[in-house]
Amino acid sequence: MKKILPGALHILLGAATIGALMTASGAALAADPIKIGVIAEAQAIAGASIPQAAQLAADEINAKGGVDGRKIEIISYDNHSSSADSVRAFQRAVNEDKVNAVIASYISEVVLALEPWASRLKTPFVTPGAASNEISKSVHADYEKNKYTFHGYLTSAALALSVCDGAKDLLVDKLHMKTAVIMSEDAAWTKPLDVGYEECLPKIGLKVLDHIRFSPDTTDFTPIFNKIEGAKPDVIITGISHVGVQPTVQWKNQQVPIPMFGISSQATNETFGKDTNQAAEGVLYQGVSGPGVAVTPKSVPFADNFKKKFGNYPSYAGYTAYDEVYYIADAVKRAGSTEADKLVDALEKTDWEGTIGRVQFYGKDDQFTHSIKYGKGLITGLMLQWQGGKQSAVWPKDVAKVDVKFPGFIKLSN
Amino acid sequence: MIDGFAISALYALGATGFTLIFGVSGVLNLSHGAIMVAAAVAAWAAASVLNVGTYAGALIGVAVALLTAFATYFAVVKPIQDSRRIPNEEKEIFVLTGTLLWGIMIQELIAYFFTNNAKTVLPIVEGVVEILGVRTPKNEIFTAIVCCLVIALLWLLVNRTRTGKAVLAASMNPRGVTLLGLELTNIYIVVWAIYGILAGIAGVLLGMFLGVSSYSVGPLTASAFSIVVLGGLGSVSGSLIAAFVVGYLETLTAYLVSPAYRTIPALLLLVFVMYIRPQGLLGRR
Repeated sequence: MKKILPGALHILLGAATIGALMTASGAALAADPIKIGVIAEAQAIAGASIPQAAQLAADEINAKGGVDGRKIEIISYDNHSSSADSVRAFQRAVNEDKVNAVIASYISEVVLALEPWASRLKTPFVTPGAASNEISKSVHADYEKNKYTFHGYLTSAALALSVCDGAKDLLVDKLHMKTAVIMSEDAAWTKPLDVGYEECLPKIGLKVLDHIRFSPDTTDFTPIFNKIEGAKPDVIITGISHVGVQPTVQWKNQQVPIPMFGISSQATNETFGKDTNQAAEGVLYQGVSGPGVAVTPKSVPFADNFKKKFGNYPSYAGYTAYDEVYYIADAVKRAGSTEADKLVDALEKTDWEGTIGRVQFYGKDDQFTHSIKYGKGLITGLMLQWQGGKQSAVWPKDVAKVDVKFPGFIKLSN
Repeated sequence: MIDGFAISALYALGATGFTLIFGVSGVLNLSHGAIMVAAAVAAWAAASVLNVGTYAGALIGVAVALLTAFATYFAVVKPIQDSRRIPNEEKEIFVLTGTLLWGIMIQELIAYFFTNNAKTVLPIVEGVVEILGVRTPKNEIFTAIVCCLVIALLWLLVNRTRTGKAVLAASMNPRGVTLLGLELTNIYIVVWAIYGILAGIAGVLLGMFLGVSSYSVGPLTASAFSIVVLGGLGSVSGSLIAAFVVGYLETLTAYLVSPAYRTIPALLLLVFVMYIRPQGLLGRR
């Protein structure tokens, strides 16, 4: 008897311990954070907003209790704008830091380098700012392998469409412009952009007189502007991102009398006015958002909160990165799991009203599989102009606050 | 043409300081581009962030370049030159590596604090004038004039003043100068000061004319280096000629062929000159 009792006690105690352990581990499982790796260009203005915006979204979600009790944890890596560093960061994020999804980069070359790693390491991967068509085309070409990659920003093809839609209303219908010269930097993202421009500009009534591609490390734009002026176009349609400050300043210093209109990524930064000593005045650029522009009810509060926390307004990739954390969280909730394939399935069914519009992804059968849908009621983009040292929306009509206005040296031909 | 002249004059200004240092102390300063960019970014920051005005901003830029040049000499070059642990024949390599790393450090610091986006310094003179039917920014003319003035001043300094003559003598025969009772270190300090001011002016003007970013560091060092090699290491007049050759060659290529191939012909010329005249156009050794 004496022996049995302690034995039974022992077993009882043991069972209790195991039970306690089990509940503890069960609780730990539920409270396991959802880890999102953020790989971005900390030194570039466009890239610096990416981890900041992601963190802001995570903080907001966590303050409301997280996703089914699970907190979101952002782990960020600086890639120094290098593809090699990004690949290392991706491997580390997945293999050591065990992230469930990755948000990375605004540079197409970097994203294209990461895409095969998302496939190999089977980790859902969304880019907030790269534009190359190839990103989503590869998903379409080999869906089973590349389905882990999502393109959370407009493709170059869609960007060209957005610029053309804006140009039709603002330049052709209002200012009666007839001719254009395309000026774009030589990079992966502008190849499809230029194809898009060449195709859609004539359709809206702008004849393309010349097409200048220049090296992204160009510093002296005088010869380029001279050549463009020689062709006598009504407007310069831009496709620039790696450069921005320098052509803009030289455009003003040399008083090139032709307006610039199109993609100018650096112009989307709030600091662009200061960086160019206000030479930006009159520059028209395409964006998905802008300070004070209520694309959706979420846009303005996000931009304001961001400014309050970090001291400046977010870059375009900040808006998309913020949305991405939200719809990844939403997908985890719908999937009920962070398991990669289930997460991909859930992400494909995304229908999320974010800060830049309503986010849905093109399906398997579309040529731009997993890229965000462009169009009315979804995402159309905006045209903004630098006026009085600030960025103001000029298109489309429902968000436009001001009319297009040019500095004195611009001579409109009509 | 005026564009080409302004660019060439800027190159010349940047390269003169570079070649002077080499001529006098045998130092190839690979942090050259970083010092120029530091000057431009400092001028930008002073004018746009601290709102001190264009002229004060430009002066601050030059002052920063001067300080950075001294820092380069005292923190990097001098310790290597004075070191007993580095064999004499290896010192040049150490100086090369040291200044290169120093340049990268400055570049990263600029990128860290001011991002790698390009900055531009507000032009001192604004507006444009028509010259022979070509609309030319007044600032471009201003740049060219300042560069010529500074180079002329430098010439006067070197050829007409006592200090200048000592510098010249040191570049020809350092031992002779020491025997004459002149302190070599003092001459080096004078040369680094001249260099800092030249690089600073060139940097600030470049910031006004084209704009610079932390990415410009490498290309700027490379262009000064190739101009100096083309002109003959240590030869100031050779560098001036080479600067104009390179400046015009680049501008003509950009206008006549394509802006994308801008730098290629100048580099080919450099390779060619290396083959037929390794000492450069006006090189002494």
